[in-house]
Amino acid sequence: MLAWTIYISFFGALLQLFLPKGNNPLARALALLTALAGLCIAVTSFAQQRTGELITVANHAWIPALGINFHLAADGISLSLILLTGIVALTGVLFSWNIERRTNEFFAFYLLLIGCVYGVFLSYDLFLLFVFYEIVIIPKYFLITGWGSTRKDYGAMKLALYSFIGSAMVLVGLIAAYVVAGSKSMALNDLAGFAFSPHFQMWEFPLVFVGFAILAGLWPFHTWAPTGHVAAPTAVSMLLAGVVMKLGAYGCLRVAMTLFPHGLDPWGFSLIGLSSWRDVFALLAVIGIVWGALVAMVQQDFKFVIGYSSVSHMGFILLGLMTLNQIGISGAIIQMFSHGILAGLLFATVGRMVYDRTHTRELVKLGPMNLNKAIPFAAVTFVVGGMAGMGLPGFSGFVAELMILVGAWRAFPIFAIFVGVGIVVGVVYVWRAMQKAFFAEPGDVISHEPLPPITIPERLGSIILICTSVAIGIYPQLLLKIITPALNSPLFDGVRKGGW
Amino acid sequence: MTPYFHLLQLVLPELIVVVTAIFVLTADLVFLRRAVLRTRLSTAVSLATIGCVAAVVAIARATESVNLFDGMLLANPLVHLVQIALLVLTVFVLLLAVDSDFTDHVGEFVLLLLLATVGMMFLVASQNLLTTFISLELLSLPLYILTGFDKRSARSSEAAVKYFLFGGMSAAFLLFGFSLLYGFANSTNFVEIAAAIHGPALNPLLILAIVTTVIGLGFKVAAVPFHFWAPDVYEAAPIPVAAFVASGSKVASFFVFFQLLAVGFAGAEGSAAWMHLVHGWVPVVAIVAALSMLLGNTVAIVQTGLRRLLAYSAIAHAGYMLIGIVAHTPIGLAALLYYVITYSLGTIGAFGVIGIVERASGSDQLANFNGLSKRSPILAGCLFIFLLSLAGIPPLAGFFGKFYLFVGALSATSGLLWLVALAIAMSAVSLYYYLRVLKRVYGEAADTTPLASSVVSVATPVVLAVLVVLFGCAPNLLLQPILNAVHALGN
Repeated sequence: MLAWTIYISFFGALLQLFLPKGNNPLARALALLTALAGLCIAVTSFAQQRTGELITVANHAWIPALGINFHLAADGISLSLILLTGIVALTGVLFSWNIERRTNEFFAFYLLLIGCVYGVFLSYDLFLLFVFYEIVIIPKYFLITGWGSTRKDYGAMKLALYSFIGSAMVLVGLIAAYVVAGSKSMALNDLAGFAFSPHFQMWEFPLVFVGFAILAGLWPFHTWAPTGHVAAPTAVSMLLAGVVMKLGAYGCLRVAMTLFPHGLDPWGFSLIGLSSWRDVFALLAVIGIVWGALVAMVQQDFKFVIGYSSVSHMGFILLGLMTLNQIGISGAIIQMFSHGILAGLLFATVGRMVYDRTHTRELVKLGPMNLNKAIPFAAVTFVVGGMAGMGLPGFSGFVAELMILVGAWRAFPIFAIFVGVGIVVGVVYVWRAMQKAFFAEPGDVISHEPLPPITIPERLGSIILICTSVAIGIYPQLLLKIITPALNSPLFDGVRKGGW
Repeated sequence: MTPYFHLLQLVLPELIVVVTAIFVLTADLVFLRRAVLRTRLSTAVSLATIGCVAAVVAIARATESVNLFDGMLLANPLVHLVQIALLVLTVFVLLLAVDSDFTDHVGEFVLLLLLATVGMMFLVASQNLLTTFISLELLSLPLYILTGFDKRSARSSEAAVKYFLFGGMSAAFLLFGFSLLYGFANSTNFVEIAAAIHGPALNPLLILAIVTTVIGLGFKVAAVPFHFWAPDVYEAAPIPVAAFVASGSKVASFFVFFQLLAVGFAGAEGSAAWMHLVHGWVPVVAIVAALSMLLGNTVAIVQTGLRRLLAYSAIAHAGYMLIGIVAHTPIGLAALLYYVITYSLGTIGAFGVIGIVERASGSDQLANFNGLSKRSPILAGCLFIFLLSLAGIPPLAGFFGKFYLFVGALSATSGLLWLVALAIAMSAVSLYYYLRVLKRVYGEAADTTPLASSVVSVATPVVLAVLVVLFGCAPNLLLQPILNAVHALGN
């Protein structure tokens, strides 16, 4: 049944193209319905899944001459991320309720993007995974150039090229692995089960890992993320930060680390204290955490603050993956979920609730507008989202960061200290942005039109996101109970070497 | 049964096309002289289409596999498959001509196009230097004339002269190389040549023969550094001719390129593996491929006209396709054929869309494509599909073509990874210029009047777009026949 998340989204996208032009309410209703159907399927499957083991969703011969199948399967990890996609997709539609121009085209691209994201998370055949992964670039590009704002052409092209270069690296790696393994099958377990030579894995692993990690915002390849997020329309920023960046992180774990686990082994020599790719990527992740937080602290544009905070939070995920211990990797997956929800919430607040009303994102200009009185709902949402993001107990961010920190403490004690610094800076930038945007001293009262009130779709979307974050924060077992068995499956045998 | 009768049977498809060509010419001259241009064109195109379809049927019914007169005429499943592909491409090119107004000489136009098709059909059926050269000229001469067919346009004539001069020179190179080969082998048959040149070390004269042959054929496929004619021909030739040069002619030339090098020069391959270059034709072709990808993709970025952009992208694609030749394995051949056929479908379609836009706005400048999605959503959608397929975005045919080509190259030898990595990196560059065009297409329009166009001229790109999507989503439809034919050859 899970396969229908993909089919329904594509069908919805196609249907949008045939809607009468200019009938925006119909387009919105259709998009909402499509996203809702996807979410319902995701929730049902999530509720039915108790053990987290791999279940095959669909498996048809596709290109028999090359041993490529249309093979969809889901385990606890993919299921968690599918649930995330469902939630973000639905709230994204709610926060795009005010798109008036070429509405049906917007939602067609939007649903195409969603369908492909579902596809990546569900694919078990790596050719299929790559197909979905690469299609994602196209709707992203057109959504940003068509409906974006600040420097949209630049941001969109940069994002498209970064993504494409990343996927090019992945493609080189996948083709090489496929050919070396005998050109018989592209199925994940077949390739992961093949004993690639350690030498081969040693260059394949960084190639494929970095290829995916570019999309996950790995420092120093993260620069597409802030510009892309800022240029994108609200719902697309939500999707970009919420799920698209997770595609990269998912690929790192699912493909790079399972196929080439020996790439994580020590090189046998040490270079400025680093002795394996694992150390290198952990270091880059930590730099990303601290750097993202520091840069977020000095931004003048409200959306850039959130954009850089995403880089920082994605650093946690990559660090968690590199710990190679159960708590660290589980934490990384929870962080994928948590950051997806919270980034969505923050971008919705800044992009939709604030920017679409005030038409500025300059923190200094927002201050005098007295926003906490004018739109108190936005202020509250941002406070909640910011707190959750900085790791306040009771929200999902806390659980995730704590688990990653524990894992990192075991694997890289020195890095863990710097992560602590990053968390503190995280508190500072959230606090600063919050104070400047919502709680600044009301300056000379500039006469302006009263801001339009927060609409019902916006309230609904915010509440869904906040409730999800709280649910995971209070009861992380909800996700962990299916993530842990998935991580303990034979597929991840090679990954479990950091003390399980 | 006399041998001549047998021969006539074997060349029945070619015969049908020739007869059709002469029939169309006569019909146009005798009966349609005074009819309006549109009627003459549609009649001529319909007749030619019927002829091509009849030829396809004749090929499909032929089951015999023969090799006549020292490889001068081959008939086997692979040759038949390529010939069918060529005829289908010719039909699509003819359909592009229905709405055109660049000439009054309808009969002559269709005649030349069909004669070039016959040249291609003989070309792919040849494994002999003599017939290869003659068919290549039979293909080339009509193309030179067709390029300059728009007599009102000085640029069209200029392109024709350029094409002719470069083409003549490259034919001379080719002939020179062939004469050296004949001197070596005392035979014009590819297989016998291969047997003669087989040896541990390469004779310097043989190296010369290899180089001149690669120059001659490199010109036909527009690979760097023999590409100078391509931008002008693509830009100034009448739309159907440009589409023909970019599609059918490419398919035939690549096929014979592969045959000549892989069969004729077997034993003189050498190796293009990274850090292990060995003298032979493979490193020469690998370098030409790398240069084509680099130059084509980088120069395409700065183009302001879509036709010139497509020309440079064609040069880059020639580079990708040469990788299949560098691999010189059955998989390499299958991948090359899949790639060049789907590439041709997409390119003809793109020229179809350009033709309609040109007729409405006067030129192929990129600015004229602004807001095409408002003026004609269907054509915009088609162009979207064609360009993304060229860029290699899944699930379109261009993506699977690239994927399979790279698989073919790496399974030939893992030393080709450098070439594959370069090709994939360059396809990232190509995405940039394709997206810039598409951004205009889906951007704001200065002029939103709907494009006027006939049903046929819209239907052709639509059918091609459907094929590109279909072959991308279900590559097996095309891949399986190709693989069957290639494997049948091996046994």
